[in-house]
Amino acid sequence: MCRLFAITSETPLSPMVAMEAMDVMREGHDGSGVGLFLRDLSGPFEEMKDAPILSGIFSEAGIKRLDRHMMDLGFMTKYRISIKVPKVPPEGTPRRDLYLIRAYEYPEEWDILSQADKEDRLVQIRLELRRMGEAEEDMIVFSFWPDVIMIKEIGDPMTIARYLGFDRKELHARIIMAQGRQNTNYAINLYACHPFFLQGFASMTNGENTAFVPIREYLSSRGVQGYGGYQSDSEVFTHILHYTVRRLGLTVETYKHVITPLQDRTIEGHPDGAFLKQLKHSCRRLTIDGPNCVIGCLPDHTLFMVQDRKKLRPGVVGGKPGRWAFSSEICGLDAAIPDRDKSRDFQPMHLDTTIVAPDRQEIDICSQTAPLHQPR
Amino acid sequence: MLPDRPITPTTLSVKDLPWQIHWDKDKCTLCGRCTAVCPVHAIEPAVFRKRMFNASLTPGQAPTNVHQVYHGIRQRTDPAYACVGCASCTLVCPNDAIMPMRSDESDKLRYHINRGGQPRSRGGRRNAPGGILDQIKFIRISMLTDPALDAGRHEFELRTLLGRVLPPEENMRRFREKGWIPPVREIYPLIIGGMSFGALSPNMWEGLQLGVTYLNEELGLPVRICTGEGGCPPRLLRSRFLQYVILQIASGYFGWDEIIHALPEMEVDPCAIEIKYGQGAKPGDGGLLMWYKVNKLIAAIRGVPEGVSLPSPPTHQTKYSIEEAVAKMIQSMSMAWGFRVPVYPKISGTSTALAVLNNLTRNPYAAGLAIDGEDGGTGAAYNVSMNHMGHPIASNLRDAYLTLVKVGKQNEIPLFAGGGVGKNGNLAANAAALIMLGASGVQIGKYVMQAAAGCLGSENDRCNICNIGLCPKGITSQDPRLYRRLDVDMVAQRVVDLFLSFDVELKKIVAPLGRSTALPIGMSDALGIGDAAAAERLNIKYVV
Repeated sequence: MCRLFAITSETPLSPMVAMEAMDVMREGHDGSGVGLFLRDLSGPFEEMKDAPILSGIFSEAGIKRLDRHMMDLGFMTKYRISIKVPKVPPEGTPRRDLYLIRAYEYPEEWDILSQADKEDRLVQIRLELRRMGEAEEDMIVFSFWPDVIMIKEIGDPMTIARYLGFDRKELHARIIMAQGRQNTNYAINLYACHPFFLQGFASMTNGENTAFVPIREYLSSRGVQGYGGYQSDSEVFTHILHYTVRRLGLTVETYKHVITPLQDRTIEGHPDGAFLKQLKHSCRRLTIDGPNCVIGCLPDHTLFMVQDRKKLRPGVVGGKPGRWAFSSEICGLDAAIPDRDKSRDFQPMHLDTTIVAPDRQEIDICSQTAPLHQPR
Repeated sequence: MLPDRPITPTTLSVKDLPWQIHWDKDKCTLCGRCTAVCPVHAIEPAVFRKRMFNASLTPGQAPTNVHQVYHGIRQRTDPAYACVGCASCTLVCPNDAIMPMRSDESDKLRYHINRGGQPRSRGGRRNAPGGILDQIKFIRISMLTDPALDAGRHEFELRTLLGRVLPPEENMRRFREKGWIPPVREIYPLIIGGMSFGALSPNMWEGLQLGVTYLNEELGLPVRICTGEGGCPPRLLRSRFLQYVILQIASGYFGWDEIIHALPEMEVDPCAIEIKYGQGAKPGDGGLLMWYKVNKLIAAIRGVPEGVSLPSPPTHQTKYSIEEAVAKMIQSMSMAWGFRVPVYPKISGTSTALAVLNNLTRNPYAAGLAIDGEDGGTGAAYNVSMNHMGHPIASNLRDAYLTLVKVGKQNEIPLFAGGGVGKNGNLAANAAALIMLGASGVQIGKYVMQAAAGCLGSENDRCNICNIGLCPKGITSQDPRLYRRLDVDMVAQRVVDLFLSFDVELKKIVAPLGRSTALPIGMSDALGIGDAAAAERLNIKYVV
């Protein structure tokens, strides 16, 4: 079972906060990999919130191909973080030429594009780079999006954090999501590492998605750019989130009704029963069957945790106004926010969605049996 | 046979028949029940002449002999009276003195049951034991990375949808704008398929309806039953129980005069309308109710004269193309109920199923597609149709599902599979396999007759006389002397037993796969088979 940790804070934090939390939960992961998602960045990126940032791992040949490709598209480098790594990587971690975090200036001709068009093109470019990288095995691309950095690598989280220098100031962020892997595939593919990201939506998951194949088939047949390349059964959670919010125009509390709908007899007595019934019918192929704990982040910086119907995975939320953390275990929470009121810690159960809004003042608990806030 | 008895080509001995009656003279009490009960008069009381020798042990005394007679049972060898193996004789014998036994070799009767140039027709099944469904295993067992569930104590939601489901974007839009949303029924995934009032006896039909009602109203299991092509009794049409019934319309339109007249008086809408274009047991051939079974009651419900055979045409005669047959009929039937009732076609398994399906995907009123594979049963058909016509359900269904996946409509048009589900007794395993191959639900017929009423049919050509109304159990007979053998309440009880035990077994399959929140439609990663060609064809794992 993997371990998850996410934190949202008014003041920027070092990713080491998450790594320390991951480290105290080390009994729950086997150190086979770590994934890091940073958003609402501070430092140099604070000044360039709109500039798309490319995160990935490149070989010498790969970076040359990348530069040529981006230049052809008209992208100019605006800022970059160079991660210089020691010559010898930690045991079990492959030797890489370059970990890239680079902010770009949009091409001039993009000025006339609508925001939606820009967003679609960013996804298109990321997918192109991924395809190019998979063909030559010289690039791995995690994200290409404004105000978002992603790093993934094989190895023990704390060791990797030190190796890659996660404590550097440029990486401070107000939203951090991290996963410590308990790897279930022998050959570790970094595209199978959480968190997953698409057009501003990110999620990471603990558990196994037993309904993966029908969901993958359904998402792949939606005709939506980016719904593909599934190396992990958990990647579908990100795409279902994207589909629910972006395509259907629904809220994050409704996400829970999509992935684990209420049973028919409960829907009948629900104040929004008529709507929920339609949602359950038409999104039936997106019903997950768990056991899964999902932590996700929306483009507006909302952070949430949701459990599946079986509630067989651990998950706890706690903190104080201005700083809230989501963790697989309470010890992770203790490591990150020791000075919180522990009696207010909340473990979402099978009907709950726990949401921290962008203002970071409180945790909002939505029960599936309660009326929806969603205007319909 | 006496030496001077003439031999004709059709002169058969008992040995040439598929079933031989074994009769025990010592046990027999000559009560006559067996000869009275035999539906095909295969046995008759007979007088046997016997010579008895008496050889004395006293030296010099000559042996004597005496001719005696004894009474017993003789099996007839005329093809018209050949034993069908139903074993009703065994059932009624107080002393277990009689039993039909399967011949140890292929019979010769099969070459002779075409007298007058009439090929054999019969009821029943394809008589082909085995089948691919029984070979499919469920291999994705939840181990450690996710816990297997407790089939006995966990909560399960094993429902399915019957009806056209809109794509989510469109559904949300219509809900917001209060537009028309096609009717969708939440039902149990095991459906009692179309067996008509006429093909089945009144007691059998009533027992099934009673059982289905009990499952719905007392146990909360939304089981549905299809009428088959024969209409529906007027009182049922005007009762609340109609909501558990799928009304079938087929090419003979039998019973639809009654149904249309009942429309204004219906308390509730039926569950759905099934338009039958084909049947797995006799694809390309219409329904057939032979004259033996068309009595006064059946004639009244169907709106026909008594005592005439009722062959439905192979196709809907007023239609000449798929556009006419499918689109217009679906629309007409939808309109008859104010677009509140799902309408879907049922076809026999065929290599052209995808063409039908592709048409349905473009028809916004099509509520699903039922495909009936070659192993489906029937009340009456030509032997050749039953044995040699048709398409196996597994690959037909799988192709249809993967086609829907390709066009992204796998949630919009539910597929229902039938034809041989549970034919070897493995109902839940077969149904679950079809669901994981892509079926939204399965239809059963023969299994219900066997489990709920004790049908004697087997995959070895036993009984199979449903067509002539002589069913020894009274299941497919219209003769009150036969159907009164069937107790209505007991049939209902067995229907309930059958569904409850199926439900337990289905949970025993899905729970170890870690599935409980939704029916695992299309969860093909859970399936494996030890036949590489079948695995490739069905796009599932090959396991050895």
